[in-house]
Amino acid sequence: MFYRENGQFKTSYRADQQIFAIAQDRWAIVAIVAFAAIGVPFLVDEYLFRAILIPFLILSLAALGVNILVGYCGQISLGSGAFMAVGAYMAYNTYVRVEGMPLIVALLSGGFFATVVGIFFGIPSLRVKGLYLAVATLAAQFFCDWAFLRIGWFTNNNPSGSVSVSDLAVLGWTINTPVEKYLFCLGFLVVFGLLAKNLVRSAIGREWMAIRDMDVAAAVIGIRPMYAKLSAFAVSSFIVGVAGALWGFVHLGSWEPAAFSIDRSFQLLFMVIIGGMGSIMGSFFGAAFIVVLPIFLNQVLPALGAMVGVDISTATVSHTEYMIFGALIVWFLIVEPHGLAKLWSIGKQKLRLWPFPH
Amino acid sequence: MKLRQLALATVVAAAGLSSALVPSVASAQAKEQFFPVLVYRTGAYAPNGVPFANGYVDYLKLVNARGGINGVKVSFEECETGYATDRGVECYERLKGKGATVFQPLSTGITFALTEKAPNDKIPLITAGYGRSESQDGGVFKWNFPIAGTYWVAGDVIVQDIAKKLGGTDKLKGKHIALVYHDSPFGKEAIPILQERANMHGFKLSLLPVTHPGVEQKSTWLQIRRDRPDYVVNWGWGVMNSTLIKEAQATGYPRDKIYGVWWAGAEPDVKDIGEGAKGYNAITMQHGAEPNAAFVKEILQKVHGKGQGTGPKDEVGQVLYVRGAMSAMFAVEGVRAAQERFGKGKVMTGEQARWGYENLDLTQAKLDALGFKGVMRPVSTSCQDHMGANWARIHTWNGSKWEFSSDWYQAEESIIKPMVKAAADKYAAEKKLQRRTPADCQS
Repeated sequence: MFYRENGQFKTSYRADQQIFAIAQDRWAIVAIVAFAAIGVPFLVDEYLFRAILIPFLILSLAALGVNILVGYCGQISLGSGAFMAVGAYMAYNTYVRVEGMPLIVALLSGGFFATVVGIFFGIPSLRVKGLYLAVATLAAQFFCDWAFLRIGWFTNNNPSGSVSVSDLAVLGWTINTPVEKYLFCLGFLVVFGLLAKNLVRSAIGREWMAIRDMDVAAAVIGIRPMYAKLSAFAVSSFIVGVAGALWGFVHLGSWEPAAFSIDRSFQLLFMVIIGGMGSIMGSFFGAAFIVVLPIFLNQVLPALGAMVGVDISTATVSHTEYMIFGALIVWFLIVEPHGLAKLWSIGKQKLRLWPFPH
Repeated sequence: MKLRQLALATVVAAAGLSSALVPSVASAQAKEQFFPVLVYRTGAYAPNGVPFANGYVDYLKLVNARGGINGVKVSFEECETGYATDRGVECYERLKGKGATVFQPLSTGITFALTEKAPNDKIPLITAGYGRSESQDGGVFKWNFPIAGTYWVAGDVIVQDIAKKLGGTDKLKGKHIALVYHDSPFGKEAIPILQERANMHGFKLSLLPVTHPGVEQKSTWLQIRRDRPDYVVNWGWGVMNSTLIKEAQATGYPRDKIYGVWWAGAEPDVKDIGEGAKGYNAITMQHGAEPNAAFVKEILQKVHGKGQGTGPKDEVGQVLYVRGAMSAMFAVEGVRAAQERFGKGKVMTGEQARWGYENLDLTQAKLDALGFKGVMRPVSTSCQDHMGANWARIHTWNGSKWEFSSDWYQAEESIIKPMVKAAADKYAAEKKLQRRTPADCQS
């Protein structure tokens, strides 16, 4: 009853092509972003910012990048952690080596170098597909792990191989408190989210989807597979690289290659699969599921145990966390193989009829 | 449909409960000295992480059984990091809000991350025997306390022991030492000191990294079989250690020519190999396996005897268990020192506790009273020196237990001090930090 587009007439092409065709959607998104930017800083405490919201925002951004490659262009990649690492380390290098380098330029340069590396490791996608490609992109993961561990130049010849940054500032605005860090990441996420959404509904996005659905057919109707695939690798790696730079600079502050290990690549891929392939919204759901749920379980289990008078040991909590988490992944994939985003759209469909379904 | 609703209801209920429960737990702890405990009881490093955590927690329980810190009861909460930096940071943020006294990150990677965060939150970090070696310099690292030893001390003493066995430092010339290290900030900490020593004495140092978690060492050992280094130094951790000794056995490399860092010199590393590991040496940052120490007996009697022990009783007094207990002792004694200044019988804040760690003076008499007689030597920290003691010993696995095989060694100050200063100055320059003034030392 409330969620219907009745009476909303489109009188121009512009109106017909806007991102959120339904006014209610439009207002909901504006309200959510406004709430995230203005309301949240007053409501939540430091722990929530640092341990949950900031990782969530940054990994959503990374998942968004991976979703463009995996979900929209159909190129399965296990090298996302490596592209994050390239972003983080190259942003660090530009930041430290160039005197007076502005923070945002440094972060974007991390994205730029990740793009270069992404395109390079995307070249095999012109010949191999599916699982074979996944294995080929694994090479990126191992190569980058190796490079950042072994080549002293990347870590500014730090003997321990760990690098750190502090005292971040943008045009005199210092980014130190959790609220500032949160808003900084939120800014990046909103801008990149909007860019990504517009990219996937443009000509280039349709090319990606055509390649995903059937590359031979796409080539026949005049889409250049090389251009489409490599552009997907480029855009995806850029976003992932910026997310990696944010993860190092803003979230960890000090990092080593282990922060971007193969586990991170899997994590990002799972976010996309669970959240929903080929859906911008799904990236956010997936990130929330993977980031928040383990921490939530880890905290709730001892409390639940205490209620029934059982003292659960730390190790048991940790094991149970993995078990429940794994079971939930299986359960969600059985209930809805298309991911949480599909559940969301089913919900919206139902909402159109609610509360009078007949 | 029903199942789905049920699951949804459970999740909502759990969310509501957790938000209701968590604050109430926090407020109950307000009158107690709260020690967060970062542990890893799961994952590739669990065999070594578990005894450490048991020792740490048992010692805190013992403090309560003894009547607390001048009457202030001790409370603690464990948080599982799994040795992952991001999970460790999450634990730090979670426990920080509950009035944390001091953090012991128990991972070099987490130490690096927390070193950037701790000064803002005014919470000290103790990294007893690990962490970043240059943080010994209290003039730059105000909040870091590598009490009673760093990796540079460990590396230095290992070279000293090798030299002694050869019959003098001049005999090191032309020798070949291979460093097999865990490829992480932890493993790399050993490189600068060994390189410094190699340049001094003219021995050849080859660096052989092993990737996490360290079960794949075939190529490393092929290299060792080919080059036949005179000594192998093992900078390993967790499953890497037992794999290394098994590989040495398979290669026929003499175990008595292998030296482990103190993370590689405990029972879980060798007990499955038993006789095969006989002769394997490891450095100890002062203590070894101490089943006869007074505090161990006290834990058995007052904690395990009352059924409150953590972990199996027969592991009490093992190397890493003692390590955990000793780390907990530093944390507690720092608070006691702080109470001398800020008021006995009061709960100390992190900032006050920091003063305590900086002015820690554990004399032999105090150690004896705590039950650490024969376990360790006195420790005395200061504003400039956050380490407080640089003594170490070597112990050797005799096939069934660890036994000391050397006398006390003191790390060579004339080598380590300039290295610490240079590394700390580099850090300060990168971070644009000023060295602390003498006035700041008084505060």
